[in-house]
Amino acid sequence: MKLTLKIWRQNGPEEKGEMVDYQVSDISEDMSFLEMIDVLNEGIIDGSIDDKGNYGPVAFDHDCREGICGMCSMYINGEAHGPGRGVTTCQLHMREFNDGETIYIEPWRSKAFPIVKDLVTDRSSFDRIMQAGGYVSVNTSGNTQDGNAIPIPKENADWAFDAATCIGCGACVASCKNSSAMLFVSAKVTQLSLLPQGDVERNRRVKNMVKQMDEEGFGNCTNTGACEVECPKGISLKNIARMNQEYLKASFTTE
Amino acid sequence: MSLNSRIPEGPLDKKWQNHKNNIKLVNPANKRNIDVIVVGTGLAGASAAASLAEMGYNVKSFCFQDSPRRAHSIAAQGGINAAKNYQNDGDSVYRLFYDTVKGGDYRSREANVYRLAEVSTNIIDQCVAQGVPFARDYGGLLDNRSFGGVQVSRTFYAKGQTGQQLLLGAYSALSRQISKGKVKLYNRHEMMEVVKVDGKARGIIAKNLVTGEIERHGGHAVVLASGGYGNVFFLSTNAMGSNGSAAWKAHRKGAHFANPCYTQIHPTCIPVSGDYQSKLTLMSESLRNDGRIWVPKKKEDAEAVRKGTLKPTEIAEENRDYYLERRYPSFGNLVPRDVASRAAKERCDAGFGVNKTGEAVFLDFSSAIERYGNEEANVQGIDNPSKAKIKDLGEKVVEAKYGNLFQMYEKITGDNPYYTPMKIYPAVHYTMGGIWVDYNLMTSVPGLYAAGEANFSDHGANRLGASALMQGLADGYFVLPYTIGDYLADDIRTGAIDTNTKEFEEAEKEVKERIDKLINNNGKYSVDQFHKRLGKIMWNKCGMARNAEGLKEAIKEIRELREEFWKDVKVPGKADQYNPELDKAGRVADFLELGELMCVDALNREESAGGHFREEYQTEEGEAKRDDDNYRYVAAWEYTGEPSEAKLHKEELIFDNIELKTRSYK
Amino acid sequence: MSGFLNRSLVKKYWMAATGLFLCLFLVGHVSGNLQLLIPGYEGKLQFNEYAVFMTTNPAVKVLSYVTYFSILFHVIDGILLTRANKKARPQGYVYNKPQRNSIWSSRNMGILGTIILVFIVFHMQDFWYEYKFGEIPYMVSEQGHPITKSGEVVVDGVINSESAKVMKNGEVAGLAMKDLHEEVMEAFQVPWIVIVYVISMIAIAFHLWHGFSSAFQSIGINHDKYTPIIKKAGYAFAVVIPLLFAIIPVIIYLK
Repeated sequence: MKLTLKIWRQNGPEEKGEMVDYQVSDISEDMSFLEMIDVLNEGIIDGSIDDKGNYGPVAFDHDCREGICGMCSMYINGEAHGPGRGVTTCQLHMREFNDGETIYIEPWRSKAFPIVKDLVTDRSSFDRIMQAGGYVSVNTSGNTQDGNAIPIPKENADWAFDAATCIGCGACVASCKNSSAMLFVSAKVTQLSLLPQGDVERNRRVKNMVKQMDEEGFGNCTNTGACEVECPKGISLKNIARMNQEYLKASFTTE
Repeated sequence: MSLNSRIPEGPLDKKWQNHKNNIKLVNPANKRNIDVIVVGTGLAGASAAASLAEMGYNVKSFCFQDSPRRAHSIAAQGGINAAKNYQNDGDSVYRLFYDTVKGGDYRSREANVYRLAEVSTNIIDQCVAQGVPFARDYGGLLDNRSFGGVQVSRTFYAKGQTGQQLLLGAYSALSRQISKGKVKLYNRHEMMEVVKVDGKARGIIAKNLVTGEIERHGGHAVVLASGGYGNVFFLSTNAMGSNGSAAWKAHRKGAHFANPCYTQIHPTCIPVSGDYQSKLTLMSESLRNDGRIWVPKKKEDAEAVRKGTLKPTEIAEENRDYYLERRYPSFGNLVPRDVASRAAKERCDAGFGVNKTGEAVFLDFSSAIERYGNEEANVQGIDNPSKAKIKDLGEKVVEAKYGNLFQMYEKITGDNPYYTPMKIYPAVHYTMGGIWVDYNLMTSVPGLYAAGEANFSDHGANRLGASALMQGLADGYFVLPYTIGDYLADDIRTGAIDTNTKEFEEAEKEVKERIDKLINNNGKYSVDQFHKRLGKIMWNKCGMARNAEGLKEAIKEIRELREEFWKDVKVPGKADQYNPELDKAGRVADFLELGELMCVDALNREESAGGHFREEYQTEEGEAKRDDDNYRYVAAWEYTGEPSEAKLHKEELIFDNIELKTRSYK
Repeated sequence: MSGFLNRSLVKKYWMAATGLFLCLFLVGHVSGNLQLLIPGYEGKLQFNEYAVFMTTNPAVKVLSYVTYFSILFHVIDGILLTRANKKARPQGYVYNKPQRNSIWSSRNMGILGTIILVFIVFHMQDFWYEYKFGEIPYMVSEQGHPITKSGEVVVDGVINSESAKVMKNGEVAGLAMKDLHEEVMEAFQVPWIVIVYVISMIAIAFHLWHGFSSAFQSIGINHDKYTPIIKKAGYAFAVVIPLLFAIIPVIIYLK
């Protein structure tokens, strides 16, 4: 396969960026998208691919390359993680593309995710939201009660699990026309609100997490549903509704 | 320096309790004056950092990823073991201990493993309390499943994402402490050097990966929870960033490296498809509960399959060789990982491999689909169901159990495993070896600790499935926070560690010089090219099977490759900017030394045990042959300047509670 | 007001609450309008009586203020949301394919809302303002006698054009009923007015297509069992109500 890549290049957070064209050839259908970028970077390093603008190899976040760490984050052909459904960029394979195709690759775009370099963004705003309340306040001890002391209805446990599968990649924010982080935040709020262990702090949690979310500069949810479609883990909009409910209750029942 | 493992006196089941009772404590007011550095935020690192902070220490937590939640523990699929005996199948702390020691081919420390089994139950309780959504049954109680190498159901799980859920639990505990200001997080930071003052670990030199800045961080103790070194093979199931550098730096500063040759090769991974491949993907061990592994019986069939002229589904039942069931009738497809991996290699080496490269075997679900289909038809009261109906029903059951794995397989390979058997092949997955630690998890450098996969302690020569998560969390939540006090109790009057000393200055200088050397090298070849070549040497000569001749060659080749690397590596960009190529170069430089030490260790160990299989030492049936008389020890290597010249220290392994037997799964 | 709107989620609640109320209002409005289709004098009388009722009944008055408030709040809140959302992504994508993950109307509620707002202003000016303050013919019975607001036919009564009072024998028999029906009939003879109405109703249809079910999501109602029903009801509502509104001017024009 031969491809034309149009990739966003930007040297640093304050620098101006631009789209730069690259030609890659000998791309196998069995390659993952990131392996294709590896080929490009090898070419840039060994000089076989023209390094226009002297940007050097393309910087991109990636780590586990099996779709679970949430590090990879490319906006490919107008979609977060590209055209595949239920996959992260690292699981996207080149058989999804055609020979001769032009592929646009951009970083996540959001005020709350400033660009570090090229396709790498700073998503520590997500960490700060978690720090605002995405936990159960329990210390480590050998004496917490037995794991089976409180039975949890299977439906709740399953829903909590589904919500908890969020990998924090930020595709929801990237896809949302408002750069809203509601899907991400609601997944954690929902998970913990469904479990008896998380019940005690539920009001405080939802209020603090939403407050932090707003302060980070994410947009508002307008229920377009784009996040759910693009989410590589299929986190459901139901979680957002659940968070809306939680917050409403918390607003009425607490200071 | 002799090795003192500091195993407490007393009977096995009282050791840990006695030790905890007698350990020195640091009072809460004094803890506030003590700083602890934790490198890594995986299960061991995040749980240790959170627990230490809860106790009152000031913690600095480092990870090279953009967030602590990305650590590669997140990718663990199957589950976590605990001796809860919820299933009433006769499980107990002793059994878990026994299985782990046996599974590790009698190359682990009894006292450590027993403690691991003891605290395993606390881990489950702790995680449930944190809101980890384990799988539950309809009664609302925790569910269990079974893993390779054991005969009870003690594995707790959260679908195929147990590692993720546990890590997020630890991450949430860590986040809570960060919000309280008890943990200061340094993300996108890499540890570059351990700083020793008066023989004690007193801090680290770290690099801010975004700005390239070199920073000094002081602490009264340093905990390395930096994971394993499987990426020395280039292709492994590890994350791209997983590296052995922190451990290697510690080794160079005096921490002994134990059993580096023990590498776990996981039998069920998606095979390599081409040279561009950057990583291998694991298919959970749980698949072996229902999948049957086979290759064609006839060579001509295998050849035809490789050429693509014969489909696996066209091969008749009697022409298939279910070699695990044939060789190991009692455990069948559920033999431990090392055994399953070697058996696959044996068949492929004999010419029965089934993909283009000849390095793949089939993992077939058709009989499971049929079996479940029939069961389901019975349940639904369908008389004389058609074959298509049975297949349909069976597929639904299999989908419910393994749907996400099947989907993942299809995405990566483009084949639909419901119709055609999966192709799998072993791949490097975990390293049992690591930094030598005593019972307190302290390395041979005072004040320097190692936890999780980074240390060598609990798995011997082979790790059982679902035990890595257990060990990481045991170390981080329940062992290290107590044992570290024993050391820190003497530090209550030390005061803050001054980083403006010559020790820090020297360490920083060394780091900078090395970076400058790499960046100004102006060579011809990219870092990856060297890494790939190293991986090939390691895989071919220090992989699933090793022999003396190959290992000697490997040592020579690695040394040459290392020289070539320093002469000819090309690192683009600058040092004072975000430069992943530079970071990679530093890690590969360390792998080029570590790989050599692995071969040295493998050459030294003239026996076969667990993940270490020496071709010279096998039974007539091709099973591993241990030599308990001469090699019942931990090989701890001391750095002396060159990996090949490392000095061997032996820690004798004493088995008072378990009788050493030949491991048999037949 | 900042107390009501300080959190993204609260903005959503207001959007949903006012939106749902306006949906109710639309039902009332369209059922009133449908009286325009009743033929002959009967219809005319009924419609004009209805107009009197709508402008004089105290309960209706209260409701109308709630309606004005809802519209106003919906608009202000919408503007605040849109502004915040724009800020959340200062730099957009070079290449974007939102149509792959969300429907057009969900992404263009602001534009649709603006069209609707312009229409409401035009519509209020056209009928409500005219009816209240403009010059409108008075309703007369079939025999040509004036009718008071209370519906009484004043035989041989005379309407005082200054005070709009119906005078009979020098005495005031009541206020004259305005013939809004006639006004409407006349307006809808003008092709461009009919077109403006139809287009605006299409805008409302698209607005509702997303807005109806979205409001439920915003207040936290998302349930596997009920949400599919709410969605279908929303689509039906979005089609039927604007269609009913739109066919009235068309029928009148064609008559």
